[in-house]
Amino acid sequence: MPVPILKQSHYLIATIQSALTDADLLALRDKLVGKVGTLRSKGVIVDVTALDVLDSFASRTVRDLAYMIRLRGAETVIVGIQPEVAFAMVQLGITLEDVPTALDLEEGLAYLDRKTHHGKRAL
Amino acid sequence: MASAPFDRESKKSVPVASDNDLVAARREGRLLAEQLGFSTSDQTLVATAISELARNIVSYARRGEIQVGLVTNGSRRGITVIARDDGPGIPDIALALRQGYSTSGGLGLGLPGVRRIMDEFNIASEVGRGTTITITKWKR
Repeated sequence: MPVPILKQSHYLIATIQSALTDADLLALRDKLVGKVGTLRSKGVIVDVTALDVLDSFASRTVRDLAYMIRLRGAETVIVGIQPEVAFAMVQLGITLEDVPTALDLEEGLAYLDRKTHHGKRAL
Repeated sequence: MASAPFDRESKKSVPVASDNDLVAARREGRLLAEQLGFSTSDQTLVATAISELARNIVSYARRGEIQVGLVTNGSRRGITVIARDDGPGIPDIALALRQGYSTSGGLGLGLPGVRRIMDEFNIASEVGRGTTITITKWKR
């Protein structure tokens, strides 16, 4: 099931609605990396609230997504990792390394506002 | 193949041949864990372990099967997951269980991670014949 991507001013918001296949996740990555250019977005929020599992593949793909978007000159923040999912990731030894995370959409937007206004690419 | 140790009627089999099947396999495991009264954290651990094992099947053997079912040991009840394939097998099991080792371009967290989050972990593999991994999580 494709993930809808919403444009809100300088940001893109991708809200995952249900469990994703690997192919869905890779498609989301590629779509976001493309749209950051076509829509000249400064920041991307990926909302994973609906994901009940973030296994090693999903985590790696999310990390790749964030790095690719950074190479395109925009910031990414992952929001909505559920407590049980966080627990399972820690138990498995899965990390998102330095990919920024925030509690929810609101915190994610606040993060991007700080990052894109105070950063070198100030609006 | 030896018959599975599952409690009667509780066994569910999910054929695994593409990444689409991972979602179904995870769902069966979570459903069973929920039925048995596992905490949501343990449900998630079971679902995540299934995801890793099923992905290994797709990556290395292309097709196989995930079985999930309830098991009883005395007064303990739990969930057993059997991941079975007729793929190339694992030449060096000790190496495959080492953290950070991967031949698929993955993180190498799959098997050691699964072993860590489950209570029991058993792997049988024969080169050219296939691999069967059996894992159990007991209800706390």
